[in-house]
Formats: sequence, structure tokens, C-alpha cells
Amino acid sequence: MTQTPPSSRGPATDGPLADSLLKFGRFLRPGEFSPDLRTVTLEGGRQGDVFYRDRWSHDKVVRSTHGVNCTGSCSWKVYVKDGIITWETQETDYPSVGPDSPEYEPRGCPRGAAFSWYTYSPTRVRYPYLRGVLLEHYRAAKARVGGDPVLAWEALVTDPVASRAYKRARGKGGLVRASWDETLEIVAAAHVHTIKAHGPDRVAGFSPIPAMSMVSHGVGARFINLIGGTMQSFYDWYADLPVASPQVFGDQTDVPESADWWNSTYLMMWGSNVPVTRTPDAHFMTEARYRGQKVITVSPDYADNTKFADEWLSPHPGTDAALAMAMGHVILSEFLVERRVPRFEHYLKTYSDAPYLVSLDEREASDGRRTYVPGKFVTAADLGGAEAAVDNAAFKTVLLGRDGSVVVPNGALGHRFGDADEGKWNLDLEGVDPQLSIRDGAAWGGEVAELELPRFDVAPEAGAEHEGGSGVVRRGVPVARVAGRLVTTVFDLLLAQYGVAREGLPGEWPTSYADASTPGTPGWQEEITGVPAEQAERIGREFADNAERSGGRSMILMGAGTNHWFHSDTIYRTFLALTTMTGCQGVNGGGWAHYVGQEKVRPVTGYSQYGTASDWSRPGRQMIGTAFWYLATDQWRYDGLPADQLASPLAEGLFAGRTTADCLVESAKRGWMPSFPTFDRNPLDLVDDARAAGKEPAEYVVDSLNDGSLRYACEDPDSPENFPRVLNVWRANILGSSGKGNEYFLKHLLGTDSSVRAAEAPPERRPESIDWHDDAPEGKLDLLVTADFRMTSTTLFSDVVLPAATWYEKHDLSSTDMHPFVHSFNPAIAPPWQTKTDFEIFHLIAKRFSEYARTHLGTRSDLVAAPLMHDTPDAMATPHGTVENDLPLVPGVTMPKLVVVERDYTAIADKLATLGPLAVKAGMVTKGIVFDPTPEVAELGRLNGVATAGAGAGQPLLDTDVKVCEAILALSGTTNGRLSVQGFRQLEKRTGQRIAQLAEDHEGGRIRFADVQARPVSVITSPEWSGSEHGGRRYTAFAINVEHLKPWHTLTGRQHFFLDHDWMRELGENLPIYRPPLDLARLFGDSPVVGSTAPSGDPAASGHAEVAVRYLTPHSKWSIHSEYQDNLFMLSLSRGGPTIWMSTQDAEKIGVRDNEWIESYNRNGVVVARAIVSHRMPEGTVYMYHAKDRTVDVPRTETSGQRGGIHNSLTRVLLKPSHLIGGYAQLAFAFNYLGPTGNQRDEVTVIRRRSQEVEY
Amino acid sequence: MKVMAQMSMVMNLDKCIGCHTCSVTCKQAWTNRSGVEYVWFNNVETRPGIGYPRRYEDQEKWGGGWVRTKSGRLKLRSGGRLKKLATIFSNPKLPEIHDYYEPWTYEYDMLLNAPAGEHTPVAKPKSLLTGEDMKISWSANWDDNLGGSAETMADDPILQHMSEHVASEYEQTYMFYLPRICEHCLNPSCVASCPSGAMYKRVEDGIVLVDQDQCRGWRMCVSGCPYKKVYFNHKTGKAEKCTLCYPRLEVGLPTVCSETCVGRLRYLGLVLYDADKVAEAASIEDEHALLDAQRSVFLDPHDPAVVQAAREAGIPEDWIDAAQRSPIHKLINEYKVALPLHPEYRTMPMVWYIPPLSPVVDVVASSGNDGEDAKTLFAAIAKLRIPLEYLAGLFTAGDTRPVEASLRKLAAMRSYMRGINLGEGKDERIADAVGMTGDTLEEMYRLLAIAKYEERYVIPAAHTEQARELDELACSLDYDGGPGMGGAGPFGSSSGQQVPVAVENFHALKNRQTADRPSTSGRVNLLNWDGNGAPDGLFPPKSGEE
Repeated sequence: MTQTPPSSRGPATDGPLADSLLKFGRFLRPGEFSPDLRTVTLEGGRQGDVFYRDRWSHDKVVRSTHGVNCTGSCSWKVYVKDGIITWETQETDYPSVGPDSPEYEPRGCPRGAAFSWYTYSPTRVRYPYLRGVLLEHYRAAKARVGGDPVLAWEALVTDPVASRAYKRARGKGGLVRASWDETLEIVAAAHVHTIKAHGPDRVAGFSPIPAMSMVSHGVGARFINLIGGTMQSFYDWYADLPVASPQVFGDQTDVPESADWWNSTYLMMWGSNVPVTRTPDAHFMTEARYRGQKVITVSPDYADNTKFADEWLSPHPGTDAALAMAMGHVILSEFLVERRVPRFEHYLKTYSDAPYLVSLDEREASDGRRTYVPGKFVTAADLGGAEAAVDNAAFKTVLLGRDGSVVVPNGALGHRFGDADEGKWNLDLEGVDPQLSIRDGAAWGGEVAELELPRFDVAPEAGAEHEGGSGVVRRGVPVARVAGRLVTTVFDLLLAQYGVAREGLPGEWPTSYADASTPGTPGWQEEITGVPAEQAERIGREFADNAERSGGRSMILMGAGTNHWFHSDTIYRTFLALTTMTGCQGVNGGGWAHYVGQEKVRPVTGYSQYGTASDWSRPGRQMIGTAFWYLATDQWRYDGLPADQLASPLAEGLFAGRTTADCLVESAKRGWMPSFPTFDRNPLDLVDDARAAGKEPAEYVVDSLNDGSLRYACEDPDSPENFPRVLNVWRANILGSSGKGNEYFLKHLLGTDSSVRAAEAPPERRPESIDWHDDAPEGKLDLLVTADFRMTSTTLFSDVVLPAATWYEKHDLSSTDMHPFVHSFNPAIAPPWQTKTDFEIFHLIAKRFSEYARTHLGTRSDLVAAPLMHDTPDAMATPHGTVENDLPLVPGVTMPKLVVVERDYTAIADKLATLGPLAVKAGMVTKGIVFDPTPEVAELGRLNGVATAGAGAGQPLLDTDVKVCEAILALSGTTNGRLSVQGFRQLEKRTGQRIAQLAEDHEGGRIRFADVQARPVSVITSPEWSGSEHGGRRYTAFAINVEHLKPWHTLTGRQHFFLDHDWMRELGENLPIYRPPLDLARLFGDSPVVGSTAPSGDPAASGHAEVAVRYLTPHSKWSIHSEYQDNLFMLSLSRGGPTIWMSTQDAEKIGVRDNEWIESYNRNGVVVARAIVSHRMPEGTVYMYHAKDRTVDVPRTETSGQRGGIHNSLTRVLLKPSHLIGGYAQLAFAFNYLGPTGNQRDEVTVIRRRSQEVEY
Repeated sequence: MKVMAQMSMVMNLDKCIGCHTCSVTCKQAWTNRSGVEYVWFNNVETRPGIGYPRRYEDQEKWGGGWVRTKSGRLKLRSGGRLKKLATIFSNPKLPEIHDYYEPWTYEYDMLLNAPAGEHTPVAKPKSLLTGEDMKISWSANWDDNLGGSAETMADDPILQHMSEHVASEYEQTYMFYLPRICEHCLNPSCVASCPSGAMYKRVEDGIVLVDQDQCRGWRMCVSGCPYKKVYFNHKTGKAEKCTLCYPRLEVGLPTVCSETCVGRLRYLGLVLYDADKVAEAASIEDEHALLDAQRSVFLDPHDPAVVQAAREAGIPEDWIDAAQRSPIHKLINEYKVALPLHPEYRTMPMVWYIPPLSPVVDVVASSGNDGEDAKTLFAAIAKLRIPLEYLAGLFTAGDTRPVEASLRKLAAMRSYMRGINLGEGKDERIADAVGMTGDTLEEMYRLLAIAKYEERYVIPAAHTEQARELDELACSLDYDGGPGMGGAGPFGSSSGQQVPVAVENFHALKNRQTADRPSTSGRVNLLNWDGNGAPDGLFPPKSGEE
């Protein structure tokens, strides 16, 4: 014991008496007191603190991650003591980004840090559960039919009283614990019966985002695909798919990894709240500022990321495209017209469609003047003579050389397929210097033409509301004549569209940046967005100036804030125009950076092979989720959105008298988009019927369609033979999270109570191509099966709840676009109680299914109607994108392809557990590249073992999750250098360019599962993606296109400003354009005008002030979708339940104070929540953060008397026709690549303060 | 000169994204157990805002920290220690649970177990204190992302002391985040407040701890700490606080909050200081001089005289080396960009902060003077959204000059590095304008931006060979009730039952794992409690029970 006597009194004590008392106390302690007794330091003897040392102890630390759709893909340390998970912290051992960059460590966020709470939480699903009413009726039925489960299920669902009883009980409690045995029996029986009675395409699977746990997703998808069920897409359904990406790039989405933000010197975060939605990556942004990056945020509220911005632009919600157009106006004016930045010019000529020729169509204007509208891309087919006689001439686009020569450059879609063009699919202009503008041509004689261009930003005139806010601007372009056509370039069209004046051109042009009288200028956008003109001008100029000075390192980081709108495709096209016109795409530190949804499965070929089961049968049934839910939940009955109200004032009437639902039916029948269930007959019976009639099935179907004896299911979705009957949900919460139009799901799909408040569409607004039944069906679905580890709305409403293992209880793989690594899930503990991994669950179901199939199904032939596919010659089905009517039905050209697939239903379990022979026989196809995995399959046989009996005898085993991980890694170019090099060599042959060096140094490299268990591993550069990691560089999209002249997968092979499909013109969206948020009050009589305080007339609102507001659902700080929103840690750090953020002004209007209960209601449903009142919010807009489920702290509403809804109770599905286009160049279907999005941002709701006494 | 080593932290608020990962990982590791449900050793406040517990900065109300008397001495603000002893049984200046928040849970098990009924099952909120239904109306983070709400903004103690009026209007919105842990002060008023001598500052690294054996639960430390970072465990009846994760630091690992900080904004390292100068520096009259006074207590670890004195004080060689490589020393004393939180409390806090830059106000942006020039591409400091005066209210007792100097250095670093990044050369004038050189700016840039793990955390491991030696010095009989104590001591018996609390969470979890029903009897981790019935273990058992 050491101590210093308190003799020398310092300045810091408070008196002798206190000192003497303290002196006494000091003898009780071993330690050193400061002379003035002010403080005490202590050495040794610290047994009193052993508690904390003990608490820190643990037996082992296991690496795993979180299979949640956050795009984070973070590696975590899970601490285990005595077989119990205690907590988690982040791993910090990512491969280095290099000495001059911040590292990826530590990746994570508070939500992930709270995950282990679920393991033992009271909301954990520990056993299988069944709906009690269902179980009773099932047991009774089983006894009646003599014990056959399939017959029992048939008896149950065909008994109207019994089936009504259990469907009505959905979502109202009464789940009972059941045995695995009986649960599997019911699930398998329902599947077998449904396939037998209605067809395999009446069984649906929903599980999103394979990248967040590939095996768990893949095993269920594989099961669904093997039985011929339909897998629902999610990326488009979530509205995370930026449709502009396939439109402009011909690609689903490909973006830079987050470490590449560091390389940017000018970063605009546009509708993406990085600290909240990209939490693990946000530091690259904060740190890049120190390297001199300027940061701009564009957000209607003072979002979290604004804290880091040098400037904040706050446009009114949904008006972002006007701001981007104005920036484009400044950039085009100053950097491409007043002077031309050489780099920008070169970039536009080489990598964009800007120099390509577009024909002009003559048109008589309303005043009788002769004007023009943009027509179609000029192609070799238009040139006549020898040029028109070449293969695929209609898909080879044309430009003019500086000398006036007509050139058909390499790299167009027409060069992509066919032997004659081998080696020509590249971006090499071969010495041609294109005319960017017709005025550049030496031979241009000053000829001009006046165009009419649409605009959508004007206020509709009284009495002409039908026209909406659209109008026409007239602007001239320089023209030339080619092959008898009046033509101009896309670049000239762009300048006209953006209002960039040039000498000598007719039309209406702005006189200055401040001129607000005509579209395109900063002054014009100020009136729309509220952003000061000067600021828009300056930021636009800075963006381009930075791109010039940095060689293209200006970046727009964009997200759901601008992507979940009805017109997001046009919003995004105005952003992409900025990054393309400044030469930023394909440059490290530049270009678009869109992060919504963890869509990037880096080992995509192996994953697809496994998940689609294309090693056993092709094609699978992959459905556009939005269309499926739109029809299945009967939202179409309430919609009646006239398609022509979306049309351009220059439209030619293609949409006249039709709803957007009619467009959906047309798209399905033309084979543009997939449609499942496809026909109004069981596709198994169709083949039998055809054979009975002595015809080939395809021929039989065409004949039957022609004579009207067979129809598409989407023409009559409310007829019982067309209902989806069984829905399997795993890794998802469709009823508590993604289900736009939630209340319609409850009412029509499930047949239980709902709060739908809308009236059905009146007769004059109903789709003409869909049959109307006066009594809408309720309870279409016979069985809803959900596997989850926690209770959500989906499990609450399910008939069967299967207890799933958590992410800390299984093996799996994770990847993301945010970083270039693949890493692993590993079990920290075995699945507790009776929980099982998704992998095990689907194998158990498959075994039981195969068993029952022996009696009830056997082997059948299934007719699959497959759409016209992207990255195949199907994309050349529609020359010029000209939609012609009354064409003969030709499968694969004017209608879907019709393919017969043989299904041995008794062998499903065997096939699920083995790698089938087609992988080798037919190859594995990704984005048009065919990978041959012969050596890999042989090696997998030795590694995993081969099946010794059954349908898979001799094939490599996939009977454990680890073996599947090995297979995925072995069968992908990103994780297997040999396959990557093989793919690149193929690409070299096609493009005539040298590219394979990007992977050759990894040709012998194989990433094995053990490698990714040890630590995250960087992937190998592969033709599966458009960027390069070669030499340790940061991944950025389209680097291979820019550096190795590989074409984009588009019509011209370049990035597209211009889209010439008939429907694009009909919508007035040939070019980037500003379209305001949907005016719901105009389009639908039952929606209020934003800002209105008129009484809604709702009885429960009587006597309360009300206000109509724009209703936005941004991603939440305290949850990842609905995951974690029920987690006690997150609830303790937030307001502890559903909330709606509103401005102080709106709160005043309805007399509500912070944390008071409010109700929010519109045609779609009712929400009850507490208000958060903050001046951070703009007036007229409220936020209910995304995916507030009804499970926690949701009272009953005054408005409906029911439990309050989820955030999506106030939204619904609206279809945009441009998303339904297919069969034409980059506008062709691929799963999760293109399809109608489930946008939800244009919604309006009424809000009022409610009684503060709430009832649960 | 008496050289001592202090383990310290700097948080770069300019990088803080307000994500609260630090709070969650800390809580999971340390306070996820009954008795401390409401306790967050690490919390993150949105400012403006009133903090956790409410208005803790209002020392006129709570009486935390030290004040300087007219005679130049320091005394505890809550009154002299005599007063403390006199009022020991009725400590009046203690935040109540509602000043923190009433912890709650939900009736989660209803989601699975609700019988068939009319409505969709729901988990309604239940108080963790009473087991009753409740409306949630306050939490540890109620102000989150508000930028100050109409309901509470007027109560922000910093705003109240500002001369400048701050409007709560959309166009004027600003906010930033302030993560807080225990300050592990050089002059800790909590330690001085403890009548039981249970609080101490570790001699080798300065970590302030509560001896769980010695604590009698008087809670004078709770009152004495101006940061309200000592908490009362209502189950054990003892005080608990942030331990700076000493079990991790001792083996060279960063604290949980640091290692898990995804903003990568926390730095850990040693500073050497002269223990003899602490009291004098803390007693300086001018509050604005406290910052420099505290800096002057720190010693230059490269100074041979300091090194010699450190060796003589028994500080091991690798600790001296660590002090020389310390990022803390660089940020506080070399670059002078880090500032202490509320130096006017005179506790000499050892968690320092780099203040946040913020966007410009639109007024400035639209004035058109922001252009191409590197100097103006980034906004002028005086025109940032966060009022300098607000930051000064937090970090410099109201003196805006050090805050501005710090922010100007950050801005200069950005301008200087932009030139390099764009290949446009190094402009030494930029560095010169903030009293630095280009080389120093680049060094600072590497530390703040590239910020590799090894550079953020420079942590020498504990010397176990010495620890054993120290253990022998301690009297092994000196524990509560042991023969060395001679009874309960002069201040009464302990207020709570001794509870073998180690890995209590583990036992609770284990029970639950093996139980059929989600809630278990016996010791319940309230954070997992489903809200059914009265939980056991909420209060300390009466004597004779257990």
C-alpha cells in the first residue's frame, strides 16, 4: 500500500473539516491519494472489478454475417459462451484497399449489432405453427378421405365452408404449435394437389435478394423451379430496379464499390441518405472530403447526410429531374456548345448514341404548320442496297462521318449475334470521326427543321384536365438527308430537348439561364423545384468543371429517394445524362452510383445455375413480381388508370381508351414480359390435350389461342382456374414490408379483414382486355407458407409458419455491390429448439413432395411460355421498336416461346440434392456468355461425392449447404479464374478486342469455401460484370466497356440518351425529360390535393382538423426494411414504435404536438402512429419510414376499427407502360432486370390528430 | 514533475454519422442486464438537443463538477464535501428515472400465442419498471435527428446560453451528433464525491472505475459527475460506469465503442501528463484559459527530460513508445484540432472532440461568391450552418476562437489536398494561412482520412508481470465484511445485497434456451422480458431472501 500524506495542501480542496473526514475514509482503501485528497489512484487489489473481466470472457468467436437486404454484407464476430450467443462485434480483417485509402473495416451498423437479440427473443419462432382452424378442418378431411394427405387437402380446399373459415381467420391469432411431421404433410400435399388440379404455375415462391444469402435463397428457388412453380421477381417489385439502367446501359445495375467514392472529387448524393442507408460505407464519403472532394446533397428534408455536405439543395419532392435538366442545360451550353471539352466530345462520340442518326417524322401541327417529331434510329436496313442486305441490318445503327460519309460502326446489337459479324461487336470507330452535330459536317448546308417536343410541366387548363399538365415546345435542329430521310443526330435532339440555343435555329429558346418561360433553364427549374436558379447553375457548372479537371471523377450517388417514384426512369435518365455528357461513366471515382437493394450476386453464374435448377431443366418460370401481385391482389380492380393520360400530347393514340392494365395484358401476349399463371388451363393438361389432338404442343396452343378456346390467365385473373393457389415465402416479409397495396393483399389474396377504402373502378374506367366479375374474389390463395425466425405480418397471416434458423446458425455466402468480397455465414450455434435452416426445410418438403407425387403426379410434360429474352437474339424480335398489330402468332417472335419441359415429380428431392447434367451439356449462360464447366463438375463430384442412386445417380452431391457453397464458388468466373478466362476468350472472339488479361493472372485461382470462412476474399475480374478489380484497382461499372471497347448491351452498343420504341414516343419519353409526380387528384377522383385542409368526410374525422400531405416512405435509421423494427435495442434508441415525421406547419394545421397519436388514411388504407414534429421536414410532406410493420405498438384505428396498417397500407401498385416493353434491344426482359416497378412515392394521404386514448 | 500515463480518446465529430453502433455494441457487451436497463455507458446525442439524461449540462440544477471559489480553490459544485456527507442519506441532486427514461419492452409473445380472435395480434408496450401498459414518451435518444424540436429545443442548455438567436426553421436547420462515454477525467469530481472511497483512477492508465466491492450506493458520484456518466444499478445498489473496456485495453484491443465505430472517428492512445500540475491547471480563473491550461499539463513524449522522468516513474518502455506514437497527443497538442467537452466543469476530461464542419447556409450559397477557387469551393467557416457559438458552448466554455481555428485547419486540409488530388500541385499558402505546413497538413490528413486501424488505436498491452507484483502489495483481506475491514465501516452497511453478477446475462440466456416458453422465472434479463407478469430480480431482494 502506497500513500502520500496529505501534508502539502494544494489549491484544490474545500476545507479542513472535509479533509479530516476524507482522511478517515482513505484508510479504508489501498491506494494513492492526491495530496489534496482530490483524487485517488489505485494499483492492484482490483478484485472488485472482476465482474467486468468475467463478462468479457467467451469460449469462441465465429465469423458470420446478416442475411438482410441492406446491401451491407458485413462480416461479424459472433461471441459464444457455453453454447450461448452473447453478442456480436464487427470483423476488421477485410483485404486491404491499399496504402493510400481508408479500409473497409469496420463494416456494420447498429441494426446488425443488435441482431443476436433475436436468437433468444420472445418473438423467435421456435416450433412449427399451423392455423388452428385449418388444422382442425384438415384433420377432419383427412379422416373423411381415408388418410391420403393429397386427397385430404383437395377435400379441404374444395369445401367452401371450411376453406372460407380458415381464410377468414388469417391474421387473427389462433396459431397452434404443430409437429414437423404433420406440417410437412400439409405443405407437401397442398403443392401436389395444386400442381395436379391447377398446374405448377399456380404455385409461387417469393424470396428476395439472393446476394444476402445465396444458398438459403437458392434452395427454395431451386425447389420451385424443379416443380415448375413461379419465382417472383423482387428488384423491380421493390422499385429498387432503376429502369433507366436497362434503358440507358442495357444492364440491370452495375455500380462502383463504395471504396471508389474515395476516388471521386465531386460527389452529389441525390436522394440517397448515405449515413442511414449505407451505414458501413458512409466513412468513405466523410473521408474523401478530406482529400478535397466537394460534397453536395439533394434532399427535400434536412437528411442525415446533409451534415456532411458543402451545399444542400432541397427541391420539392419528386421534382429532381427538373433540377438535373437545368444542370444539363448549363453543361451542354458551356462545355459542349460554347466550347467543346475535347474529352467530353471524344467520350460522347465513342461511348454514347449522341452521334447516331435519328429520322424525323413529319407532322402537321395544330396551327397547320409543318413540323417534325423525332422518329427512329436510322439503321443499315434503311440504307438500301448492299448495306441493307447484311445480317441483322435493322439492328445496325448509322452515323455520319465528318466528311459526310454514311457509316455503320461496329458494336451495334446487329453485330452481336451471327457468324458474319464475329469480331465486330466492339466500339472501335476505326478511324471515323463522327459528326456529333449535323452542323459539324463539312457538307452541311444550313438546312434546319423545327421539331415539336413534349413537356409535362404546365398547369392543365380548366376544362382540359384530361390533357394533364402537358404541352408542346418547338425547337429547331440542323438536319441532313440520308437515304431519302430527313435526319439529325441524338446530340442535336438533346440540345433541343434541353433548350440550348444555337445560331440560326428556329423555335422557342430561352434568352438566358434565368429565363423561366421555356423548359430547360435554371430559372425554369426554380419555379418547379424551389432550388435557386443560381445554385442549380453553379452546381451544374462545378460538376462538369470538376469532370474536366479530374478526367471524369464526378459522381452522382443516388438512391431510393429519387428511385421509388412512378416516373423514376425519367428522373434517373436526367441524372445519367449528366454523368454521360461529362464522360464520367466507366471512370474510377465517376459516374452513377445507385445503391438500392443488394442485387449483386458476385458469383452469379454458379448461383443462377443452382437457384434456377437449369442443370436439370430449362427454362424456369420467372415472373415480374409487380404484375403478379397487381393481378393476384386485385389492385387492378381499383385502378383504372387510363394509359393515355400518361401519354405525350404528341402521341398517336396507341393508348387511347386503354388502361395501364390493358398494356400489361398486351405485353404478356406479345411475349414482352412473362406472365404466370400463363393460360386458363393447367399447362400439364395442355400438353396432354395437344398430344390427344395429335398436335405439337406449341402448334396446339397457337391454334387454340387463334380459335379462342384458350386464353391467357391475365385476361381473367378473377376466375378461380387462374388464381395462384400456394405461396411459399422465405427470407421475406411481403405482408409487413414490400407489399405495396397491403390492404388489397389482405382482402383479395388472403380473404380476411382489411381496411381497403377505395371504390372499384367504374365501368368506363375498367380494362377492356380483362374480364370483370361483379363479385370480386376474396381468399384466392389456398395456402400461405412462411419460414422465418421471427414474427412478422407475413407469419401472422400465414397458414403455416416454419421455424427458420437465424444467420448465426447456418452456412451460406454473402456478396454485395458495396465491396468486392465474398464471405461466409457460419453457425455459431446449432439451430435451437426445432428450428431448421432454409436449406433443410426445403429438402424436407421436397422429400415429402416426391413421396406423394408417386401416387398423384408421376412424370408429366409441362408447357412453359417464356418471354423474349435480353442478351439473346430474341431482342431482335421488333425491328425499330415498331409495334405492329394483327401479326400472325409466331412463338418467340410475336408471342412467348412455348417450350415443353419434362418433370419427373417423384424425383424432385433427388434433383434438389444433385447437380444435374445440363450444366455441362448446355453450358451455363450469363449475359450472353456461355461457360463450359466440364472440369469443375468433375471436380465437384470428387469434392462433394456423387449420388449413388436415384434420379441424380452419378451426379455431384448438393445435399448440404457447404457443398452448395462449394458449387457456387466453383461455377462462377468471379471465384474461379479458369471460368473467367474462358468467358473472356469468348468475348474476345466476339469483340475482336484483347480483354482476357484482366483475369489471366488468376487463371489458376479458385476461391474455396474454406477461404471465405477464414476471411472475406476479393473476387476475380470476370465477364459476368462490366468492371475490373485487376491489379487491386477499385471496381467501377463499365470500366471494361470504356477501356476495352466492349459494347454496352444496347441497340447501338453505346449508352443511350435516345429511345425510339413506339411506346416511348407515345409516352413522350424518347429523351430525358422532367415529369412531375403523378397528380393523383386529377387521375383519381378520390385522392385529395396536397395541402388541402378540406374535411375528408370520414365519419371518424368529424370535428378534427385534417390536412392532405405527400406521403413518402424513405428507408429507416432503426431498421433494415421490417427487420430490426421489432428489435428492442432499436426500439429503445428510437421512439419505440411507428411514427410519422411532419413539419411544424402541418402539425399546426391539425393541432398535433410531438409524440401525439395521429391517423393517416387514404383510398388504400389506414395507419395509426405517433407524430414526430420537426422543422427538419418541409411543409406539405410527411415521412413514414419504410417497413413499419403492424407487430409492435400499433393500436386499432378510429377510422376502420381494425388494427392499424403498415406503411404500405397507404400505397398501391401503379403500372407504367414503358416498363412493360420487351422484345426490342435493351428493352427486353431478364429476371429482375426489367419489369414494371412497384413505385410508391406519388401517394397522398390525409392526416389528423386522433383520440390520445388508444386501444390495442 | 510527476509523470503519469493516461489512456485517452479523441472523437472526430466531423466524421460521426450518428449511427449509434457504438451505443449498441457497448450496451450488448456491458449493460444488457437487469438493474441497468436504462444505462448506456455510451450514448449518442443529436445536437441541438437536451441530451441523456435530460439537460445534464445544466449544472445549476444538477451541481456536477467543480467550481472555483473566490479564494482560488476548487470545490465540488454541489457543495463542499462536508455538505455531501451531511446530506448523504438524502441526496437531492440526483436525476430520477424519468430524467433518463422509463425503460420498456413489449408483449412480444402475444404475436405467437394470441388465441384466435377478432384482430391481428400485436405486441403492446409495457414498462420495465412497473410491468404496466405505457405510452412511450421519452428514451435515451428522444432528440434523434430532430435538429432540435419545438418541444425541447428551448431547453437545450447550450442554446440557452447563446447570445445569438437560433431559429427553428426549415431553411436554418442544422444538426450534428455527440457520442459520449465517461471522460476518465484527470480531475474527476465523481471520485472526489465518493464517500466510500470506492471510486478510483487506475494508476497506470488513468481509467476511472468503481470498485464494486467497496461501493455503498450513496450515488454521490452520480451527482458529482457533470457529464452524468456514472449510473446507479438499481438491482445491485451499486454505481456503474464506462470502464474504457479495460479487459480489452489490457490485452491491446481497442474499446468496443472504438473498434465497432463504423464512422472510424475514434482514436485511442496515451498521453503523458504532469500529475503535479493538474490541480493548478483546473483552478485557473479564466474559463477560456482552461483549454490551454489543460494542454499545458500534457507532456511532450519526445522530450528527453519527460522520457527520463517517465522511466523514473516506472512507466514501461513500450508505454513510452506508445505515448510517442499516440494519435491523441498529435490531435490535441500538435495539430491542436481536438477540444475537450465542457472544460468549464474543471474536471479535465480526457475524451476530446474534433468539431464538425457543416454545410453553408443557403444565404451564402446564393450570394455567388462560391466558385472555382480552391479557397472558396469550400465554404467560409463563419458561414457554416452550425453556429460557432454553439460549438464553443460545448468545447471551449464559449470562446469561439479555438473552435474556428480547428475548423479552419480542417477546411485548409481539404483545400490543400484537393490541389494534390486533381494533380494541380501543392499550395503551401493554404497551410500557411492556418499556421501549419503542407507536410503537417498531409500528416494530419493521413491520420484523419486514411486512418488505418493501427494508427487510430495505439494501445500498449498491460504488463502482467507488474500486475502480479501489485497484487502482492494489496491487502487481500480488505474486502467488504472481511477480517481486514473491522465491520461495516463508518458510513453504514451497503445499500444493496452483494450479487454475484458475473455473466448474469449468460445464465438468463441459457435458461431461456432450454425453456419452452419465452419468458422464464428467476433472474430475467429485462431487455428480453416479454412483458408478462412481474419480473423477478427487478429490485434487490429484501434481507433474508435469496
